Amino acid sequence: MSTESLALPRPAVATPFVDRLHAWVTTVDHKRLGLMYIGYALCFLVLGGLEATAMRIQLIAPRYTFVSPQVFNRLFTMHGTTMIFFVAMPLMFGFANYLMPLMIGARDMAFPRLNAFSFWLTAFGGLLLYFSLIGANGLAGVGNAPDVGWFAYAPLTSRTFSPGHSTDYWTLSLLVSGFGSIGTAINIITTIVCMRCPGMTPGRMPLLVWLNLVMASLVILAVSPLSAAQLMLLVDRYLGGHFFDTQAGGSAVVWMHFFWIFGHPEVYVLVLPAFAFVSEIIPVFSRKPIFGYAVMVGATVGIGFIGMSVWAHHMFTVGMSANANTFFVFATMAIAVPTGIKIFNWLATMWGGKIDLRAPMLFCVAFLFQFLVAGLTGVMLSAAPLDWQLGNSYFVVAHFHYVIVGGILFAVFAAFYYWFPKVTGRRYREGLARLHFWLFAIGFHLTFDFMHVPGLLGMPRRIYTYEPGRGWDVWNLIVTIGVFFQIAGTLAFVLNLVLSALFGEEAGADPWDAWTLEWTVSSPPPAYNFAELPTVRSRRPLWDVKHPDDPDWKYE
Amino acid sequence: MTRSCGELKGRVGMLGLIAAEAAIFTIFIVAYLFYAGKSLAGPTPEDVLHAPIVLTLGLLASSVTVHAGVRKLRGGDVRAFARWWIATLALGAVFLAGTAVEWHRLIYVDGLTLQTNLFGTTYFSLVGLHAFHVTVGVAALLSASLLAVLGLVKPVHAYHADVFSLYWHFVDAVWVVVFLVVYVIGR
Repeated sequence: MSTESLALPRPAVATPFVDRLHAWVTTVDHKRLGLMYIGYALCFLVLGGLEATAMRIQLIAPRYTFVSPQVFNRLFTMHGTTMIFFVAMPLMFGFANYLMPLMIGARDMAFPRLNAFSFWLTAFGGLLLYFSLIGANGLAGVGNAPDVGWFAYAPLTSRTFSPGHSTDYWTLSLLVSGFGSIGTAINIITTIVCMRCPGMTPGRMPLLVWLNLVMASLVILAVSPLSAAQLMLLVDRYLGGHFFDTQAGGSAVVWMHFFWIFGHPEVYVLVLPAFAFVSEIIPVFSRKPIFGYAVMVGATVGIGFIGMSVWAHHMFTVGMSANANTFFVFATMAIAVPTGIKIFNWLATMWGGKIDLRAPMLFCVAFLFQFLVAGLTGVMLSAAPLDWQLGNSYFVVAHFHYVIVGGILFAVFAAFYYWFPKVTGRRYREGLARLHFWLFAIGFHLTFDFMHVPGLLGMPRRIYTYEPGRGWDVWNLIVTIGVFFQIAGTLAFVLNLVLSALFGEEAGADPWDAWTLEWTVSSPPPAYNFAELPTVRSRRPLWDVKHPDDPDWKYE
Repeated sequence: MTRSCGELKGRVGMLGLIAAEAAIFTIFIVAYLFYAGKSLAGPTPEDVLHAPIVLTLGLLASSVTVHAGVRKLRGGDVRAFARWWIATLALGAVFLAGTAVEWHRLIYVDGLTLQTNLFGTTYFSLVGLHAFHVTVGVAALLSASLLAVLGLVKPVHAYHADVFSLYWHFVDAVWVVVFLVVYVIGR
């Protein structure tokens, strides 16, 4: 276990750079690994964002020629794969790694070395994906990135249609990072089951911990099928198998099922940690305990269960039987119930509270609104007949970006600002954070509100250009303009992180007057987290400490 | 940290791994069942597969021996532990040898390879995936047995052995399903 402390006073002679680097590379400390996950994800966020920007510039006007059709295919494949596997998942694992042991009063994760191993698997998986740019046709030839789309439907991935090695890099990178994800998920579950401090009964765990428990279970149940499907694809491509080879009786639809058995629960893998951040931040910034704790836990487990049985709503346009369509329509609509319960509980937490609209809360409020809209278009798309019209159109693209950007990314930004003082020991700049919020919110709404319209007008996704005069032009122009607001907002965010980490004022242990255990230790926390393991008696242990006259445990 | 917490950690972690592995096997089994009878050309399972009943019984027996070994180690009898685990190792190795013989016959006598047809693809993938897990288990048994013979295993290691035995039970349980799917239902 690492003995270096993030909090120790700097020695008079600075540690040599190589020693510090060595300490980070060999660390098994959950906080350092968490930060490495997050830093890694932010680097890939820039790459994925640049890919999106290039696509939007290409689509800014009809018959525009910014990139070639071939490059456009690679751009959307790399954008999707990068954002899901190497931005969103590492971000969530990073926050879970950093926060969970602190919140349950543990000194580290259950398996610190497995933790480091999982991180490095994910890290090298991402490098493998991008190595395709130089290595896909062999180092001497011209490399190219995968171009089969992020869900890589058969038979596009067969040797016939995808010669060279670009698809192999895609497969191997997801397989490697998938094993890393499974390792982290096992670690998260074991940590929650075995490492809670005295008094931290399941009913007293912070909601963030509960939601990460369900998230990790979903990772185990969802990423494993993806790994199995990738193994089959490798068998097909390298050993001449026929799993997805329609010429030999194999089925392309089977790949779709296997992919979406992963693909849909994956949405909940990403959104549950986002819910977790919101469930921690809204109470603190409304000065009220969370409304309906038990119901929130129940709704989360419900989302986990139902989320496993909705995958084929991605396949309505494939042509399934009427029974299958009906089942998946109703299963999908049913998921709106636990999700709706959550939204109402967050609103009820805010209701009558003393709301403090600083940056974390600002992003949470936007999250509530935007996630609701994303859910509403989701209910629209869950109706099979409407999906036959809208499937594979820009309406779908707008819908899932509303979930991932408007919901998940906004919650992640809220989490960044909320826990920034804990991680760095310094306060971020509120003005710059507000600038970030408004630029990003304006950019987000310009891009993704208006993206619904060309979808309704029939613009299919993944086209590299379009003819003028179809009524799509002005919408695409607006959508692309929004991207530049988002870029400006992101720059403000990065600037804020860097400036505040270097020059921000001291934050102290508990800048938000919050209630969970991570705020009881110094900022940044010492390597061992807790000098003495805490004992908790309620869901808000720090409230009990601050209010010995009126502690929570009297009422729970 | 108390031993009981460490023991719990190992078991919970292993159960998590088993859940993930079960999901992987489920996908391969679903593929096997979905593609059963859909091959465009022979050979078919009816022509070439013979249920390996003796090997199956041997593998099932190894679940008992691995468990007996853990019990002996808990009781402090390291030599008995080593005997039981070497027996487990032998049963695992015999199972792998049996698989090798079967595959050799399928490939060189019956002309069935992974490339021949859908049956070949799904059969070799599923049985191969299981055999891979047996191989990993055999490697672990071999290491543990060697350490035990060298006198490096102490009763304090019983919980490590116990965690491994969970894995081995899982590999056995999967074989029961694979056996039913491949040699009973799929034929």
